Amino acid sequence: MTEPIVTFNDVHKSFGDVKVLKGIDLDIRPAEKVAIIGPSGSGKTTIIRMLMTLEQPTSGDIIVDGTNLWKMDKKGKQVTANEKHLRAVRGDIGMVFQHFNLFPHMTILENCMTAPIHVKQESKSSAKDRSIEMLKKVGLGDKLDNYPSQLSGGQKQRVAMARALVMRPKVMLFDEVTSALDPELVGEVLEVIRDIAKDGEMAMILVTHEMDFALDVADKVLFLDEGVIAEQGTASEVIEHSKNDRLQSFLHRFRN
Amino acid sequence: MSNWSWEVFAEAFPIVLEGLGITLGLTIACYLFALIFGFFWTFLRRIPFKPINWIVTWVMEFIRSTPPLVQLFFIYYAWPMVPVVGVTLDPFTSAILGLGIHFSTYIGEVYRSGIDGVDKGQWEAAKSLNFSTKQKWTKIILPQAIPPTIPMLGNYLIIMFKEVPLASTIGVAGILHMANSYGAQYWTYLEPLTIVAILFLIMSYPSAILINKLEKKMNRRFDKKEALNSSKGATA
Repeated sequence: MTEPIVTFNDVHKSFGDVKVLKGIDLDIRPAEKVAIIGPSGSGKTTIIRMLMTLEQPTSGDIIVDGTNLWKMDKKGKQVTANEKHLRAVRGDIGMVFQHFNLFPHMTILENCMTAPIHVKQESKSSAKDRSIEMLKKVGLGDKLDNYPSQLSGGQKQRVAMARALVMRPKVMLFDEVTSALDPELVGEVLEVIRDIAKDGEMAMILVTHEMDFALDVADKVLFLDEGVIAEQGTASEVIEHSKNDRLQSFLHRFRN
Repeated sequence: MSNWSWEVFAEAFPIVLEGLGITLGLTIACYLFALIFGFFWTFLRRIPFKPINWIVTWVMEFIRSTPPLVQLFFIYYAWPMVPVVGVTLDPFTSAILGLGIHFSTYIGEVYRSGIDGVDKGQWEAAKSLNFSTKQKWTKIILPQAIPPTIPMLGNYLIIMFKEVPLASTIGVAGILHMANSYGAQYWTYLEPLTIVAILFLIMSYPSAILINKLEKKMNRRFDKKEALNSSKGATA
């Protein structure tokens, strides 16, 4: 069995007095596609936000490709990671957000090119070539010079995916990427994610409410409930054959 | 008491005009100083350490609640008498410091409002793409935060322009100072001070119109053609 690319060891997270996550243990292997489902407020998004270093865990360890993400050694002692350490590890991870978060002052080509050029010090021409290639892949090769405000929600989200992909992350996080879209635009975005998933190599963690999609794409499904992983297994085990009552009633609300 | 005399007007005009370079130069120097120093306040206030935050907020409040004239007098007359750190500055430098610091506190607030106006998601996206702290500011945040504040910054330029004559009180030879000396010398204030008023009007009014235009242009930025494209885009 290959070494996991991401490991959570007993990770807890509280916001003030509210305990959102109460001990998450999780292994994600390279190229594995994992869907996280569960009621709102169960902490799904918090899991991937900690991995993206947008939230700091209250306790526990998150290991990315063998390196402890939130902790580092300083004179033999383990201390909270500083920005330099986080930056070194964070490069393996990419994220697509619910609200796209495209840079409004840049064209969509510039949105994709800026990080490879400035963060990875790639040459402008190679960054440009790869960005165009990615934008073509998500079906937006004809919109390179448009600004985000000129695109539909579905198009924006596809740009956001291209922008993250250009950085060649080992793990890609999808935070309810279809929740902010009009229903008729959901399909085009899911189609692109399916495409990306087929390419293999990259591990993917999808926080989603699209059950059929999870069943289709994910190797593993986690059901998160009240801050713990209440159920996990293959997509069909969890979504189609689970005995867990709370999972059943959760699924029922989607399936009626 | 003399009546209005075009002769005096014609004689005083070139003399008052001699001060124009100083007035404009001082305005620009003060403004640049305030623009740069404004960042200093903005970033100091962002230090996530409460005591520093309190001190900075309080100092800014103090500077804004005291009249710029008092600050000008303090820097020019009182500061040289302060032990150890006291230095004597020429009037022009004193005026740049005094007015520049005073207005930098307002400019700092303008920057802050601009930065607060940038969506939280922009910071997160920048982080997710692993930008360094410096790149995050220069490539992502400031290019979005500053343009909307340009009309406000322009307004401060005009306000500042109108405060610059305060420097005549410590002997900076701008147009007001020139008019005043002329008046004192020939005991006729009406014409030279009218000239000063006219000069200020000539320069302030077009600037105000320009800034108004700029503001309208900024409001249209980023959402150009939006209506047109959102309908077209959905089918692509």
